[in-house]
Amino acid sequence: MDFGKAAKTRQQMTPRYTWKIESGNSWYSIKIKEAWEYKDLFFLLLRRDFVAFYKQTILGPLWFFVQPIITLFVYTFVFGKIAAVSTDGLPRPLFYLPGIICWNYFAECLLKNSTVFRDNFNLFSKVYFPRIILPMSIVFSSMVRFFIQMSLFVVVLLIYYSKGLKPEINSTIALLPLLLILMAAFGQGLGLIVSALTTKYRDLSLLVNFGVQLLLFSTTVVYPLNAAPVAIRPYIGLNPMTTILETFRHAILGQGSFSFSALVQATIITICIFFIGLVLFSKVERNFVDTI
Amino acid sequence: MEQPIIKVNQISKVYQKGAIGSGTFSRDLENSVKSFYSRLTARNKDEDGELRKKKESIWSLKDVSFKLHEGDAVGIIGRNGAGKSTLLKILSRVTGPTYGSIEGRGRIASLLEVGTGFHPELSGRENIFLNGAILGMKSFEIRKNFDEIVEFSGVEDFIDTPVKRYSSGMYVRLAFAVAAHLESEILIIDEVLAVGDSAFQKKCLGKMGSISKDQGRTVLFVSHNMQSIQNLCNKSLLLNNGELIRQGKTADIIQEYLNEQETYTSLELQKNRKGDGKIKFKNLRLIDPETNQVLNQITCGKNLLIEIDFIAKEGAPIKDLEISIGFNDQFGTRQTLISNELSGQALSRPNAEIWTQRILVNKLSLALGNYSLNLFVSSKGCIHDWVMDAMPFYVEGDAYFENITMTLGSGKGNFYLDFNYL
Repeated sequence: MDFGKAAKTRQQMTPRYTWKIESGNSWYSIKIKEAWEYKDLFFLLLRRDFVAFYKQTILGPLWFFVQPIITLFVYTFVFGKIAAVSTDGLPRPLFYLPGIICWNYFAECLLKNSTVFRDNFNLFSKVYFPRIILPMSIVFSSMVRFFIQMSLFVVVLLIYYSKGLKPEINSTIALLPLLLILMAAFGQGLGLIVSALTTKYRDLSLLVNFGVQLLLFSTTVVYPLNAAPVAIRPYIGLNPMTTILETFRHAILGQGSFSFSALVQATIITICIFFIGLVLFSKVERNFVDTI
Repeated sequence: MEQPIIKVNQISKVYQKGAIGSGTFSRDLENSVKSFYSRLTARNKDEDGELRKKKESIWSLKDVSFKLHEGDAVGIIGRNGAGKSTLLKILSRVTGPTYGSIEGRGRIASLLEVGTGFHPELSGRENIFLNGAILGMKSFEIRKNFDEIVEFSGVEDFIDTPVKRYSSGMYVRLAFAVAAHLESEILIIDEVLAVGDSAFQKKCLGKMGSISKDQGRTVLFVSHNMQSIQNLCNKSLLLNNGELIRQGKTADIIQEYLNEQETYTSLELQKNRKGDGKIKFKNLRLIDPETNQVLNQITCGKNLLIEIDFIAKEGAPIKDLEISIGFNDQFGTRQTLISNELSGQALSRPNAEIWTQRILVNKLSLALGNYSLNLFVSSKGCIHDWVMDAMPFYVEGDAYFENITMTLGSGKGNFYLDFNYL
């Protein structure tokens, strides 16, 4: 009845300011509630990336398969035939493919996030929206590619089953969603750290591409953890990607080192990196337009 | 008194000169080591402070405070570099203020550019949703206004065509249509009306007027076109060198702005120039030949007198001078050229250190819009002075034909032909 009216007049009497722009650079200012208000934008950006990708290519999603297949052949030849690196007794395609696909996803999250300010400068310098929306949309639109490539792995796996490989899938498969989240968060965290630093230091971005390539060898994409010397295994294990890959191989293929303590360690490291990334990002996002 | 919808408290924006763009890690490391060392060796704090001050800083905005009320349509007026764009950027949260704060209520939508975030591969329909979301609309709001947006833009037939196939006019119309249907309480617009044909510009101005007058929403508007500010805004702010000089009724502010505009533009300090400097451009004035007064509004179709002051370095007279003035439009495209080589008139440097060259333009035929002047002086293939973007130049009025009912502008053409229907 009159409640609405009363409330309205009260509101008119003391209209409260709903936002404030301040000069201070607060320590942590990612506004989750505000970002949630923009969820429609998030989904539209996902859609944009997806549609734009398809419209620009002739082969469309087939491209998603070309890269891992070629990489697989190279790895099989170089690390398998020439260097004869162990694969934990697994057929080489089954060993390499999950590593390649997961690493692709991680590297794409990292690299795309690391250039998010420069790539979207035009957008950022013309209109405000919670900046974190864009890095988030990158992580999720890259996930589309990840799933499509994973279907390739599933096909290869089924081929091996039909040829008589014994299925070794076990209960740790329930951890797969966690692994995906860890990969995304780790890639995004590192990417955001780099993005925050590159707004000031351009030269850092040159290092990143190179660094990602090197990082590949610090983790177990091309070799199993138990093929590494015992003394340096803990250091390889420091990279959450190692644990992620080992756990994945354990869950699907029944090989690879798996332990809960390693998983907890990887989770903690990932959370730390992710939040450092968020904090640095939120420190930079306000004024980067002036410096880039 | 009703509480203001936006309260701006003493905001300032400082840019560090030199520090921008030089961002390499090694240099920063060097600087921080230096300042750390000097802090160690500095006997007292003053010395340290002195060192810091040496970094040159530019105050793009200085202690600007004002309040806006609901339904206000506010024009922001000032010369280039007065801080208009910086103010809009801070208000629209693209960048933060260095000092001060702004409080307000309701959503802000800013239109610093038309079609921000449009993706060329997506269809018009998809871009409406994407652009709307970027500007802060929810999907259901866009859906609600979708038909209206399409109708306003007039691109119904192409709504499912990728926007890369649109003409630039269609593109702009669609983009503005999205922005015009934002349901935010506060709308910030930066000179976007400089694009599109004049009929559409009129439609946009009308729409913006109704946003503030009929819907009671607040509009902030930056333009160089005094006519549209006059039509649209009830209040105005006058900025100069980053400071808010005056605020008040639009008519008064515009008058003050036009009066205060310097009577000539000094070219001596212009940095964007080439040449050996034997002869240099000093000043340039645009004058109404009928009254001999410096013009504050340049009207298409009227006569225009251009006066250029030169300053020469050495005493010896120089023969065979070429003096030319290029007119570039806002996109940097050369529209026309005034040159004594075209008219075949011989010019030479008189025996004086400073002299003036006057050029009369009969019935200026440039269409409405923003131009910049490029000045060039040379002799025998030797460039003495070449000033790029010497001066912004706005053709604001149009009296080319006597009983004018429509005017040329971007989209319709860039200059008039002197024609007659027989």
